[in-house]
Amino acid sequence: MLSWLENQAVFSAVLSLLLIGGIMTSVAYCIYFERKISAWIQDRQGPNRVGFLGLFGNFHFWGLGQPLADGAKFLLKEDIIPSRVDKPLFILAPAISMVIALIGFVVIPWGGFYMLGDTLLSVQVANPDVGLLYVLGVGSMGVYGVVLGGWASNNKYSMYGAVRATAQMLSYEIPMGIAILIVVLACGELRLEEIVAGQVGGNGLWNIVLHPVAFLILLITLFAETNRAPFDLAEAEQELVGGFHTEYSAMKFAMFFLGEYVHMITGSAFICVLFLGGWELSFFGIGPAFPGTGIEDTGLISVLIKIGVLSVKVAFFIFLFMLVRWTLPRFRFDQLMRLAWKGLIPISLGLLILTVLGVYMGWQRSVIYNLGGEIAIVAATLGVVVLANKPVSGRQENMPALGQPLGG
Amino acid sequence: MISDADIILIKEPKLSAADKLYLTQIAEGVKVTLNHLFFKPKITVEYPEEKRQLRVDNYRGVHRLNRDPDDRVACVACFMCETACPAHCIHIVADESPWDDREKYPEQFDIDELRCIYCGMCEEACPVDAIELTTEYDMVGHSRDEMIFDKEKLLSVYDQTKDVKPRKNPKISGYEGTGDRAKYDQLRQRLEEIVEKSSPDEANGGTSEGNKL
Repeated sequence: MLSWLENQAVFSAVLSLLLIGGIMTSVAYCIYFERKISAWIQDRQGPNRVGFLGLFGNFHFWGLGQPLADGAKFLLKEDIIPSRVDKPLFILAPAISMVIALIGFVVIPWGGFYMLGDTLLSVQVANPDVGLLYVLGVGSMGVYGVVLGGWASNNKYSMYGAVRATAQMLSYEIPMGIAILIVVLACGELRLEEIVAGQVGGNGLWNIVLHPVAFLILLITLFAETNRAPFDLAEAEQELVGGFHTEYSAMKFAMFFLGEYVHMITGSAFICVLFLGGWELSFFGIGPAFPGTGIEDTGLISVLIKIGVLSVKVAFFIFLFMLVRWTLPRFRFDQLMRLAWKGLIPISLGLLILTVLGVYMGWQRSVIYNLGGEIAIVAATLGVVVLANKPVSGRQENMPALGQPLGG
Repeated sequence: MISDADIILIKEPKLSAADKLYLTQIAEGVKVTLNHLFFKPKITVEYPEEKRQLRVDNYRGVHRLNRDPDDRVACVACFMCETACPAHCIHIVADESPWDDREKYPEQFDIDELRCIYCGMCEEACPVDAIELTTEYDMVGHSRDEMIFDKEKLLSVYDQTKDVKPRKNPKISGYEGTGDRAKYDQLRQRLEEIVEKSSPDEANGGTSEGNKL
């Protein structure tokens, strides 16, 4: 019956359709939960009125119909294209932003392998040899949508937003690349599926245990990469009206907005695969693999369990993204640059040297070597920071000291 | 001019070594937000289902036209409220009363709730306490016409709210006849002093502020 599916190409096509459907739905609900969580943090109720067409009387399902209403609103609103914009680019920009966020998904290994009939199918849309490099390349292209949108809008605030996004992306690509390089070096693999397999219980520890600082750096750069608070300078309302999407309305604006959330999901899935064992469930790789989540389990149920495990991990990161957004104030631009160039890049370079040395000596799986080395590097950084008496993220030490009467 | 002695210098808080890495401070902040997320009560009220407790019990909301013990309209159509109304939102048509105990009764009694400024003057003016302001504040209508409340509507407001006797306006201190007598006398005395002091100016022909008071 399902014999037509027993072909990796067909299976991938079907899987990609399912993924797009699933991801677009979860993005809609991400926006709902973002609003809910922000409301709860601010002691409000959040959206709780829109049910499902009032089919269930006065019961509104805690406003779960809100994403549908939002979508309808975005589609039906007037789509304004200002007369002086660069029209082709103006229209293209949100599409680029959305598409680039979406194609990052293809290399995420969602659930190991699936045995259908006699064929072993990879639950992954594509498994190129350069899996990780693909993610990196696609991820950094995300800024194209922002830059083109800002440029095409013919508006100085949009342009400022775009320029900020570019500068930020350039700075944070470096520590991000190095953090990923550390994983690549330690695992000796570029295929994401293999990186996950290396972390399955019994095979090895999760990378977060071996490289916690690299994980932290990747997490921070991911916040920057997705343009989320506290790195959302590209759309700082107080300074730039709406930033790069000032001139956008209706569905074009929504596409930027959805693209940001898709990017968040991709990034979270990516960090889970690299550092948290992907679909693997053995608690940091210490215990044995959870029943049904081993590499050799290829039944439908175990594939579904694996997808569920990865989804839960991704959901945790998305929650973290939201929590941080509603906790931290935005960086000032010089603080942003200082954090990248004076904080993250030196630390990640130190970690890279540590890992290279570890690989050379054959210690790359040693917890003591990795942890000890990372602690030493962080301590050294902290020492430098304290000696220089300057915080990593920067404060106003260049301002005139308080208490000095200004102008005599 | 602010003298140097009055300037309070606030020093920037000293950061510990860990604080300078920014991470401990993020953890601090996340602790606060998590606390609000899970444990703090919500302040917002779910309005139509749940109403906020009014902070004052003499809130001046929609009017009601009281009924007397025989269930008739208590109004005697004396036009005091219509005369007192600064917004001219009350319109009464009087007719001869069908009852023996009064001469007139309102044949028609309309209040334009959109014009009304809810000052409570009508309530103060009414000699028979027939018109009162309730504490109900949520009235809605689909048109302006709908917001002109007629006699039946105003009586139905009474039927809905008759269990609550609206509290009269609080006594205004210093206002003769109400409030704190001692305080009023004190105020009056101070006013007279001001008037006495400013009387030479008054002699010059100007009406002094104190005299006016």
